[in-house]
Amino acid sequence: MSQALLDVKGVTKRFGGFTALDAVSVAIRPGERFGLVGPNGSGKTTLINCISGVLGLDKGTISFLGADISKLPTYLRTRRGIARSFQIPRPFRTMTVIENLMVAFEFTAGHGGHQSHDEAMALLEQMGLGAKAFRPSSELSQVELRKMELARAMAARPKLLISDEAMAGLSSAEIDEVLDLLIKVNQDGITIIMIEHIMHAVMRFSERVMCLDAGRIIASGTPAEVMADQRVQEAYLGASSQG
Amino acid sequence: MQQAQRGWIFWAVAALFVGAAAVATFSIKNEYPFFAGYLILQFMVLATAWNILGGYAGYVNFGTSAFFGLGVYTAVFLFKATGAPLLVQIAVAAAVGALLGFLVGLLTLRMRGIFFSIATIALTIIIETFIINWKFVGGATGMPMIRPPAMPPFDSYIKMLFVNGAVMVVIAVALARFIQGSWIGRGLRALRDDELAAACSGVPTLKLKLLACVISGALMCAAGAPNAMYLSFADPASAFNLNYSVSALAMALIGGTGHWIGPVLGALLLSSTQQLLTVTISSEVNVLVLGLMLVLFVVAAPDGILGLFRRVRARFTGDAGGRV
Repeated sequence: MSQALLDVKGVTKRFGGFTALDAVSVAIRPGERFGLVGPNGSGKTTLINCISGVLGLDKGTISFLGADISKLPTYLRTRRGIARSFQIPRPFRTMTVIENLMVAFEFTAGHGGHQSHDEAMALLEQMGLGAKAFRPSSELSQVELRKMELARAMAARPKLLISDEAMAGLSSAEIDEVLDLLIKVNQDGITIIMIEHIMHAVMRFSERVMCLDAGRIIASGTPAEVMADQRVQEAYLGASSQG
Repeated sequence: MQQAQRGWIFWAVAALFVGAAAVATFSIKNEYPFFAGYLILQFMVLATAWNILGGYAGYVNFGTSAFFGLGVYTAVFLFKATGAPLLVQIAVAAAVGALLGFLVGLLTLRMRGIFFSIATIALTIIIETFIINWKFVGGATGMPMIRPPAMPPFDSYIKMLFVNGAVMVVIAVALARFIQGSWIGRGLRALRDDELAAACSGVPTLKLKLLACVISGALMCAAGAPNAMYLSFADPASAFNLNYSVSALAMALIGGTGHWIGPVLGALLLSSTQQLLTVTISSEVNVLVLGLMLVLFVVAAPDGILGLFRRVRARFTGDAGGRV
């Protein structure tokens, strides 16, 4: 299938006089591992918010599986197969870990009680959170919260998983752990967009990388190509070109 | 299996409750216990209704008195215009409440936290002003309501209202219990914890909030409908009294908002204390006591009676908690 899974066309988003995204176009192929990088404030999370429906668009369209989803509310996009995690974990605090997942199961796949319970448990085992299933989510450590966010996103049975800085604030051993999880998820056929600041993680994970700066795409290609791009280096390091 | 058993117990207790209320009306001559008891039942319905939106979904509604008052005046209008019997008054009031809940929800549920609460206070003032200027239902001075004879087998109207109140409590609590245990309740709880994360997990947040607002509004309005006959009088100042808003909220908070039994316990405790104080000291003191108890609970037991109970149980079983 050559058709793009997600097709972002000319998406523009303004906040008052500030243009957060300026005519961004990108097509994500089914099964792809896609890295999204860029300095702080470059529009990465805004783009994700536009894709998941948290923010409306000022211009452009977003298509998923060939259908225009630009006007759909967030929950319907999730049901069509776009799930995400959050930069700062947003657990359902009064629920246990397994209940967090069951919400996503129940509201995307229909309303099954026992079945969703078993599937949520299997997913938690897979994510290494089996032992914490019946603990309140407020008791989890940072790395466990990140894993639970990914598990909850997975519970929505997505075709496209968007991971928004799932590794921020983790130790390098923990980063590898989460990275392995994401790669395993991808091997099961789920397309992944990964937003990350941690370069070695992006390099190891991504098949293709796009770099945003001030709401525009400044480079796109293989990880090595993008890292070698002079504009990318300037955007990150602020180095002036010296020829 | 365990759930089915619990359901069975719930309905058995409910039947026993209504049965006991009915038996009492025939075996006790004095009307006063039913006069006082009716108010407790009324507040159980109000607190339970409030909890569906305020507790489960976390949208603090100060508009209880608007819904309650509208229920009172729906009954007044129906009675004056058509002489409709009590059950019709209640049914129509529930429908009107559902409609108001839907409209208000549509307008206000996009607002979060304090903004939603302020909008609901405004609602009371708007509807009360409208009623004050409506001569047909008595305007600002109100109008007396002459009770028709009680329907057999009841020998007094107050006793009939009391049994009717018991049935309404069962309906309200059964609805709240159903919502709590169903996907609706889990969705509401998810959006109360984090609305954005809920939407991203597939929860139709606006629809669920609207549904909660409709059910809650219908119950509040239905609870108001018999009040005109209960008092034999209806006037805007007492029908739209802000005390209803504060009491419903306080009773749910003091009982505990997470579980359907919370508001029932809260209403039982607060309302019977208030009745006792009204009789022994004065009706002004009971407002003071309401305030004091609310402060006491917020400080000492923020999760209400239920939270207190859980803490005590956890201490005895040595469990650190966790499962709620």
